[in-house]
Amino acid sequence: MEFAELIKTPRADNVVLHRPFHAAVEGTLCLTGHHLIFSSRSRDNAEELWLLHSNIDSSEKRFVGSLGTITIKCKDLRIIQLDIPGMEECLNIASSIEALSTLDSVTLMYPFFYRPMFELEEDGWCSFLPDKEFELLSSVTDEWRLSCINKDFSVCPSYPAVVVVPKSINDEELRRVAVFRQGSRFPVLSYYHRKNGMVMMRSSQPLTGTNGRRCKEDEKLINATLRPGKRGFIIDTRSLNVAQQARARGGGFEQEVHYPQWRRIHKGIERFNILQESLIKLVEACNDQSHNMDRWLSKLEASNWLTHVKEILTTACLAAQCIDREGASVLVHGSEGTDSTLQVTSLAQIILDPRCRTIRGFESLVVREWLQAGHPFQQRCAQSAYSNSKQKWEAPVFLLFLDCVWQILRQFPCSFEFNEQFLIMLFEHAYASQFGTFLGNNENERAKLKLPQKTMSLWSWVNRTEEMNRFKNPIYEANSLVIWPAVAPQSLQLWAGVFLRWNRPSKYLDEAQEEMVRIIKYNKELQDKVKVLRRHLAELEEDEGMRENP
Amino acid sequence: MEHIRTTKVEQVKLLDRFSTSNKSVTGTLYLTATHLLFIDSSQRETWILHHHIAAVEKLPLTTSGCPLVIQCKNFRVVHFVVPRERDCHDIYNSLLQLSKPAKYEELYAFSYNPKQNESEQVKGWQLIDLAEEYKRMGVPNAYWQLSDANRDYKICETYPRELYVPRTASKPIIVGSSKFRSKGRFPVLSYYHKNKEAAICRCSQPLSGFSARCLEDEHMLQAISKANPSNRYMYVMDTRPKLNAMANRAAGKGYENEDNYSNIRFQFVGIENIHVMRSSLQKLLEVSGTRGLSVSDFLSGLENSGWLRHVKAVMDAAVFLVKAIAVESASVLVHCSDGWDRTSQVCSLGGLLLDSYYRTIKGFMVLIEKDWISFGHKFSDRCGQLDGDPKEISPVFTQFLECVWNLTEQFPQAFEYNEAFLLQIHEHVHSCQFGNFLGNCQKEREELKVKEKTYSLWPFLLAERKKYENPLYNPDCFPELTLLEPNTASFNFKFWTSMYHQFDRSMHPRQSVLNVIMNLKEQNKQLEEDIKELEAKIRQRKGQSDGILVKEHQQSAHPAPVALKTPPCFKKEQPPIPGNDAVRTIEGSNTADNRYSELVSEFSKAEPAVVSLEYGVARMTC
Repeated sequence: MEFAELIKTPRADNVVLHRPFHAAVEGTLCLTGHHLIFSSRSRDNAEELWLLHSNIDSSEKRFVGSLGTITIKCKDLRIIQLDIPGMEECLNIASSIEALSTLDSVTLMYPFFYRPMFELEEDGWCSFLPDKEFELLSSVTDEWRLSCINKDFSVCPSYPAVVVVPKSINDEELRRVAVFRQGSRFPVLSYYHRKNGMVMMRSSQPLTGTNGRRCKEDEKLINATLRPGKRGFIIDTRSLNVAQQARARGGGFEQEVHYPQWRRIHKGIERFNILQESLIKLVEACNDQSHNMDRWLSKLEASNWLTHVKEILTTACLAAQCIDREGASVLVHGSEGTDSTLQVTSLAQIILDPRCRTIRGFESLVVREWLQAGHPFQQRCAQSAYSNSKQKWEAPVFLLFLDCVWQILRQFPCSFEFNEQFLIMLFEHAYASQFGTFLGNNENERAKLKLPQKTMSLWSWVNRTEEMNRFKNPIYEANSLVIWPAVAPQSLQLWAGVFLRWNRPSKYLDEAQEEMVRIIKYNKELQDKVKVLRRHLAELEEDEGMRENP
Repeated sequence: MEHIRTTKVEQVKLLDRFSTSNKSVTGTLYLTATHLLFIDSSQRETWILHHHIAAVEKLPLTTSGCPLVIQCKNFRVVHFVVPRERDCHDIYNSLLQLSKPAKYEELYAFSYNPKQNESEQVKGWQLIDLAEEYKRMGVPNAYWQLSDANRDYKICETYPRELYVPRTASKPIIVGSSKFRSKGRFPVLSYYHKNKEAAICRCSQPLSGFSARCLEDEHMLQAISKANPSNRYMYVMDTRPKLNAMANRAAGKGYENEDNYSNIRFQFVGIENIHVMRSSLQKLLEVSGTRGLSVSDFLSGLENSGWLRHVKAVMDAAVFLVKAIAVESASVLVHCSDGWDRTSQVCSLGGLLLDSYYRTIKGFMVLIEKDWISFGHKFSDRCGQLDGDPKEISPVFTQFLECVWNLTEQFPQAFEYNEAFLLQIHEHVHSCQFGNFLGNCQKEREELKVKEKTYSLWPFLLAERKKYENPLYNPDCFPELTLLEPNTASFNFKFWTSMYHQFDRSMHPRQSVLNVIMNLKEQNKQLEEDIKELEAKIRQRKGQSDGILVKEHQQSAHPAPVALKTPPCFKKEQPPIPGNDAVRTIEGSNTADNRYSELVSEFSKAEPAVVSLEYGVARMTC
C-alpha cells in the first residue's frame, strides 16, 4: 500500500496551531506517511511540531463557514487544535489523519520505516538477553536452570524462548504443568532475593475447574522452591470471589489440600476495561480547568485511578514483605498472568532490588517482566484515554505500573538513578514510537515480525550517553536497602507529570529543576577543583621538603 | 502544680494510631508543669506541650486498661492505654485543667526562660519594626500619613496605635467612619504598592442595616480613592458570601450600597465564616484519621469536608485583589464582618503575591506582625489559648499558612523560606511559648506586658534560619514587587500531608530532595572557602620558595600540614542540617509502619512505631 493514496492534501498553508498555555502559531502543515508536521513561518520564532500519526488517539473536525478546525487528541494525552482554511483541504487532511492513525497492519508502522540519525553505540536488541541475565543468577545459586523447552514458542506462545525454572524439574514435567495452567503459562522464576535466597515466581491461574483438578508436577514445581519446613505464599491478584467464579470457566486457584505448604492471599486488582474507563475518566477530569473543587475531587474519586495505584502498590509491597520479612517464597498470578501479575512482580523487585532502581536495571526489568513475559503491549496500548471504541483489549496496565514507580520515586527521590522524565518517556514509547521495542504482543510475535532485524530498539537510543544524561537523576545515591513505600491515601499523589502535563504552565517548576541541577553541577566542579589544588599544594610541599633535606 | 496529682505512670501503652491490630509500645508517662512526656522502652521521647492539647478524651475501660486519647492543635494524635483507671482519671483531670488555663498569666510564655538577658529580650522584640515596614512600602508620602487618632486606643481597641490613612481623611472623618463600622474598625492602610500608587485598605463591615448611611464613611472611602492618582475607581471587596452579608443587614450591619459611595466597585468573594471553617477542618481530620482508609473514602471525605474548596476560595480572593492592584492600579478596600479573620487572610496573601519582600524569611515575619498581630486577629480566641468559648476557635491562620504553602509548591524558587518554617510558625502560634501571639489584640498584649515578661518568637527562628531556608530560592528571578500569578484551577490544591500528618512520619516521603540540595549548598559554601584557603597557601608557597624564615612563621600560624590530610570538606559530609535524616529514615521505614496487610503482620513481630521528638519544640523548651 502506498501512503500517498491516503494523502490527498499533503500540505496546507496559513494553518493556525492552538495549544493550551501557548500563544497560537500560524504556519504550514504537512502530512507524510507517518508524521503530521507543523512548522511556523515566523522567522524569529521558528517552531516545528512533529507528531507521529500513531500517537493520535482520536481526531474531530468542525467547521465554521469555510474555516475548518481539527482537534487532535494524542495518546500522550496532549490535545492540539489546527485551524485550516478551506473546506476541502480540511476535509482531506482530516480523513488522512483518521486513516493514517488507524492503520491496522503492524508492518506499516513507523518503526519499520524509521532510519536513525544517530550513531549506534550498542544494539539494544541484544542488551538484555535472557542468558546474560541468567549468568548473574547462576553466580549465586545453582538451584535453577535455563530451559529451552519453548524455543519455537510451541509450549507457551506468550513466553519467551528460554525461561528459568527449578533445576529439579525436567522439561517433560514442565510440559505437563503447562497443560495445567491457562495459556500454558507454567510457573517460572521472576526474581531471586540474594539476601535470603527466597524467590518470586509467576504464572497464570491453574486450570482446576469446578471439580478441583490437580497436577502433581505443578505441585512439585512450586514446592521445589521451598526450603525444608518453610511455607510459601501464593498471591492471587484477583479477589476470592473473582477467583471462585473463574472455576466455572475452567480456571481456578491452588487448593489448600493440594498445596498444604502454601498460603493463598487474594488481592483484587482490576483489569481491562475497568482500568481503561478509569483512565478515560481521570483524563477527562484533569482536562477541565473550570471544575470547581467539589467537582474536581468527586471526578478524581470517581475515576478510581488512585485506588488502582494503591491496590497494585499494596499487593507489590505484600509480595516483597513475604520475601524479605517473612523469608518465604512467593508465587504470583491472576488469570492470564500477563497484566496484574506483572505489575506486582515488577514493582516488588523495585522495592527489593537496588539494581532495578538503576537505569539499566530498570530497562532490564521492563524487558524481562513485561516484554519477554508477554504483556500484550500492542493490544493494551492500541488506544489511550481518548479512545471512543469500546474494544475489550485496551488497558493502561503499563501506565499504572509506571505511575506506581513514580509514587515510589517521589517517596525515595534519592534512590533511583533515573528521573521522572525517564518514566514519562517509557509511557510515550509504549503507546507510539519510532522504535520497535513495544510492537507485538509477545516474543513470538516479535520474532515473526523480525523486529530485531527490521527495526531499531528503544534501548539503542536511550542508552546513548547523550540521551541517558537527560534521564539521570542528579541526586541519585545508590541505596542498597529495601525501600518500603507508604501506601496510605494521604501519601499517594496524582502523577502531575503525566496527567497535568499539558494542563498547567510548568515554567516555574522547570526552572526550579534547572536550578537544582546547577547546584549539583557546581558542587562537582568545586570538589574537583579542591582535589586539584590539594594535590598541587602537596607537590609544592614535597618539593620544599626535598630542598630542605637533600 | 496544684492541678497535678500523678506525675508518673508506668506501663503505659502508646498505640499506633493507624494500626488495625492495636500495635503499641510500652513506656512511662510523666506529667510536668508544662509538658506531658512519654518515654518508651527504647528511650524514645514524645513531648507534648499542655497548651498544644486541643482535646482529651477518656474512652471506656478495656481489658488492657483505660484508653486516653489526646488530640493536639498541631495535629498530633496520641492514644495511650493507662493500666489503672485511677491513674488515667488523674491524668485526664490534670490535662483538662492544664491545657485550658483560666488566665493569661498561666500561659507558658510567662514562665518560659530561654536564658536571654534583658537587653537581648528587648532587642528581640525590636527585630520587627512596623514603622520601618510602612517606610519600606513608601508611606508616609504625599497621599498617606500616619494618624494619631488611635494613639490611646480611643477609636478602636483592636487596632494598633499607629495607623496610616489618606492625608485628606481628617480626624472628624475618621471618628465618624469608625462609628459607622463594626467594632470601630474603620478603613486604614494595610499595604501600599509604590509602583502602582495603589493601596490595600482594610476595615470591618459598615453598620448600614437596610438603609443607614454615613457621610464621614463615604468621605473616608472617597479619600482612599483620591489618594490613588492612577485610578479614581476603587474596589470594595466584601470577602463574605453575599447571603451572609445580606443577613447581617437585619442586625444593623451589612455592606456598602454602591449608590451611596461614589467611584466604588463592590464585589463579594464568598469566603465562609469561622464556624464553617472550624467544622470543615474537623471533618477533614476525622476522615484523614480513619484507620485503613481507602482512596475513595479519603477523596470523598476531602470533598465533603469542603476544606480545599475553602482554601481555594481564599486564594481566589487574593488573586482578585491583586489583579485590581497590578492590572488596574486600583486601590482595594477589603472587609468581612469584623475585619480580623478573612480580611487578614486576603490582605496578607495579597501582599505576598504583590511584594517579593514578604517572600523572604524576615518579610514573612513582618507580614504576620502587620496583617495578623497588629490588626487584631484574635489569636487567643481562635487558638483557644484560654478556657473559653469553643465556638470562637477556628483554623483561620492555619488556612492562611496552607495558602502560602500552595504558593511555595507552585513557585519553588520564589520563597526564601520552606515548609518547615511554616510548620514551625504554626507550632508556636499554638504553643503560647512566646509572647507574639498571646491575647487578641495589641492593647491586650500591652496590658499583659508581653514585651517585658515574655520573649519574641522571631529572633529564635532567625537563629536557626538555616533550617528554614529554601535552597532553591532565587531572588534574581523575582525582583522587588514581582507579581506572582498562581494558577488556581482546582487540581493545583493538594492535601497538606506535612501539616495534617506532621507526626505520622510513615506517611511522608522518606527522602527529601530539598534537604539534599540544602546540604549541597552548604557544602558548596565550605568548598568555596577551602578553595580560597588552598589558593592562598599555594600562592604563599610559590612566593617564598626559599624564604625558610617566613615559612616557619607561617607554619606556626597554621600548624596544619597534617590537618590538611583530612580535608575540611570531609567533615561537612555529616552536615549539621537534618539532611542525613534521609538515610536514617530508610532504615526506620519498615513494612509494619505501612500496614500493607495486617494479615501478614500478624506473624511479623510488631515493630515499634516511630514517635519521636519533632520540629525541635521540646529542644527549645527544655
